[in-house]
Amino acid sequence: MQATISFTPQVGASAITQLLWLIPAVPVVASGVIALLKQPKRKTAATLAIGSLGFSLLLALIAFGHVVSGWSHGNAVRETVNFSWIRVGTTNIDLGWVLDPLSAAMLVMVCFVGLLIFIYSTGYMAHDENFTRFFCFLSLFAGAMLGVVIANSLLLLFMCWELVGLTSYLLIGFWYYKPAAAAAAKKAFLTTRVGDIFFLLGMVWLASGTGTLLFYNNGGGSMEAGALASLLGQHAAWGLTAAGAIGLLIFCGAAGKSGQFPLHVWLPDAMEGPTPVSALIHAATMVAAGVYLIARVYPLMAAGSLLGGSTTALTVVTWVGAFTAVFAALIAIAQDDIKRILAYSTISQLGYMMAGLGMGGVAVGMFHLITHAFFKALLFMGAGSVIHGCHEEQNIRKMGGLKSDMPLTFVTYAAGMLALCGVPIFAGFWSKDGILEAGSHWSVSKGPVALLVFGAMLTAFYMTRQVVYVFFGHWRGHKPAHESPAVMTIPLAILAFFAFVLGLFGTPAWPWFQGFVSGREAPLEIRGLFESNVLLVMGESIGFVFVGIVLAWWLYGGKSPKPDTPDVLEKAAPLPWAWLRNRLYIDEIYGVTLIAFYAWWARVADWCDRRVWGGAVSGVAIIFRGWAQLNRLLDANVVDGTFDKGCEELSTGGGLLSRVQSGQVQAYLRWLAFAVVVLAVILIWSSRA
Amino acid sequence: MTIVFYVIAAITVAGALAAMLLKNTVHCALALTVAFAGLAIQFLELDAQFAGFAQILVYIGAVAILVVFAILLTRGSETPKEGVFSKTWLAGLAIAAMVFAVLSWAVLNSTSSLPGDSPKPTVSVLEIGNALMGRYVLPLEIVAVLLTSALIGAVIVAKHEKGSAK
Amino acid sequence: MGHVTALQGYLLLAALLFAIGLAGALTRRNAILVLIGIELMLNAANLNLIAFWRYGPHPEALTGMMFAIFSIAVAAAEAAVGLGLVIHIYRFTQTTDLDQMNRMKG
Repeated sequence: MQATISFTPQVGASAITQLLWLIPAVPVVASGVIALLKQPKRKTAATLAIGSLGFSLLLALIAFGHVVSGWSHGNAVRETVNFSWIRVGTTNIDLGWVLDPLSAAMLVMVCFVGLLIFIYSTGYMAHDENFTRFFCFLSLFAGAMLGVVIANSLLLLFMCWELVGLTSYLLIGFWYYKPAAAAAAKKAFLTTRVGDIFFLLGMVWLASGTGTLLFYNNGGGSMEAGALASLLGQHAAWGLTAAGAIGLLIFCGAAGKSGQFPLHVWLPDAMEGPTPVSALIHAATMVAAGVYLIARVYPLMAAGSLLGGSTTALTVVTWVGAFTAVFAALIAIAQDDIKRILAYSTISQLGYMMAGLGMGGVAVGMFHLITHAFFKALLFMGAGSVIHGCHEEQNIRKMGGLKSDMPLTFVTYAAGMLALCGVPIFAGFWSKDGILEAGSHWSVSKGPVALLVFGAMLTAFYMTRQVVYVFFGHWRGHKPAHESPAVMTIPLAILAFFAFVLGLFGTPAWPWFQGFVSGREAPLEIRGLFESNVLLVMGESIGFVFVGIVLAWWLYGGKSPKPDTPDVLEKAAPLPWAWLRNRLYIDEIYGVTLIAFYAWWARVADWCDRRVWGGAVSGVAIIFRGWAQLNRLLDANVVDGTFDKGCEELSTGGGLLSRVQSGQVQAYLRWLAFAVVVLAVILIWSSRA
Repeated sequence: MTIVFYVIAAITVAGALAAMLLKNTVHCALALTVAFAGLAIQFLELDAQFAGFAQILVYIGAVAILVVFAILLTRGSETPKEGVFSKTWLAGLAIAAMVFAVLSWAVLNSTSSLPGDSPKPTVSVLEIGNALMGRYVLPLEIVAVLLTSALIGAVIVAKHEKGSAK
Repeated sequence: MGHVTALQGYLLLAALLFAIGLAGALTRRNAILVLIGIELMLNAANLNLIAFWRYGPHPEALTGMMFAIFSIAVAAAEAAVGLGLVIHIYRFTQTTDLDQMNRMKG
């Protein structure tokens, strides 16, 4: 079990840390510039995207070097730059970024793998007419993901998290005119949204519980001792402390992004996007963001753990991860689409990472994340190369014999496959082994490690099945296949190299990576290999992997069945095969329960809206109309009537009066005289009185 | 209230009555002349010699002649069928009677602050002339303009249109 | 009715003449006779003026006399114009009957 990580007190931020914000900012700006370009400007768009990410890689390497040099001199580096974003009265909302081993390693990985995939995409998407738009989204994604990595504030992380989700939606639905792609994009967005709601709740709780959302802030951050102690003091429901509850809520968000059961349903459908998207987002980076998030808030999740024991939050994470690993691996066995197999494989491996975090701590989980990024990206890009070479065919039953038609792809793909299965020397072996080893020491239960070992066997089985179907046997397609251009195969080769070599940084003999991440010493000691049951676990895993490969080879190797004949296992056990093939009907269950409920609720709301609120509004409208009618009547009859009558009377009176003007002059004179008489009388009378 | 006053007053009133009652319009005009003459003598009685002679000159000498000429020029329809008095003669008569009643009542019942008899004023034509040229020069000039315009107006009004029969 | 002064006598005479003139103006049909009545009324007013001048406080101011003289002048002018108008109308309507001249009725 992890002891609390000891970092030296934060020093003032060095120059590279001050400039760290450029790493995500430059790709985002590049994305904005590309957005303003016209579609035909492909070279400019590609150059901008690749150049910006290359620049970010350069900065990331400098940062990494800085952290490494600090670490090798004995000072574990954690530098932050925090600033206040919004001030409301006395409350501050602070944002900031952090440079520590975790973020440095992740930065280099994301930039490097991303850069290779960008270069790969210029070849893969060469025939697509929306090339420029693709690179705009890719660049935006890269910037957002890098923002997630360097964020020192949970709020900033969440903002970049959402942006990552948005770009994922845009990229999955890149070919939006395909209904399947549009639906898949929507599904991805909504499913991760469900997780994000819980994430948001956890974030708000954390802010109110500790008063800050910054992770590290010279002792005042939410991941630091003071805040954690106060959170442990607060009690939530069901025997959880506030720390545990917040940890679980944040894990829900991570589960959505990282495709843990039951929020995994979007990942296989996300394969509707172009293959570089699958490689970058759904293998190496975005799905890893969930794992990275848990690693970032690990102090929170591990808070209060008794020495050698575990917390509720971490236990939940472990079990969910282990279950997902096996669940996804089972489904992968029965799939025929080359990318779907890899998608389920990704879900399975993410489960491994989560379990690794839960049982072994940050270093164990992160190591597997880094190595997995490399070989999964390699596998996806290899799959893309295969699809490209087979003229957009994706069904492995319709491929075959490609090891002679596409040799370079075959070699790199094989390297990736061996790494994934956990064959010794390759990267995946060391990282998976680290998880299994930590699991075997886990005090709570040995269940997860058993599941994980079983999962390793399944992984080896389905990957061998896939490789045999694709690369061995006879060609079962229509047109002959061809190798991919260099711009696609060179990144494959580079990644294959790393898939082979990267694991050596984390072996028990030389735990460089683990030491780097945790700030401890990492001497080269062969003696480490022989500690407790390290060799035992290694032997176990090698054995199970071997069993899986041999089994698959025995069932599938050497044969090349036609596409329409049923699979060997299908003939043997048709009903389980059908279940697995239909992805254990999870999507259908969702459809019947949640989505049906939601549809019903939508109908109820619609009825309410139409009848109740609409009725109220109509009622008000009727009242007003009645009122208006009444007014009209009053106006027409009373007001107008009075007025008209008055005018009539005036007119009549005028008519009467006009008779005075008879035209007879003498009449006028008479009236004059009469008036004079009257006036005279009045005058005389008044003067007499 | 001398005898002369009563006699002249009687003549004047008779003339006025005749002027208003006679059927023949020329006779009316001539009776009017008699009334004018009577009034002129009353002016002389009142020691307003100038006014009296002006009355004779202007009224008898000009206005009466003018009236006679006008009557002669408009003799187309003599003695209309319905009689010389209009339909509403009674109302007119009543009004006139009321006017007379009011005036005489005012005159008779007023306690005059004026002396009953005052000495005879001596007014020479020189004084009148001085007054006309001095204090009353403005009204004089205005009357001159008035007379001129009346003259022109009368000529225009009364002259024949071109081409219309006489 | 007590003692009637000379002034009152003249004023009564003037009132009588005025009333006769008014009666004539109101009752006769002929337009010219109406004008004659008006002349009578004017003359009666002149008599009033001279009488007040004679028996007034300041006969040497000549106010009444002047007034009367101007009145005579104006009356003459008015008679001329009025008669000219009557002649003119007679030319158009061939009548001087006032009862028939009601084209200005309202």
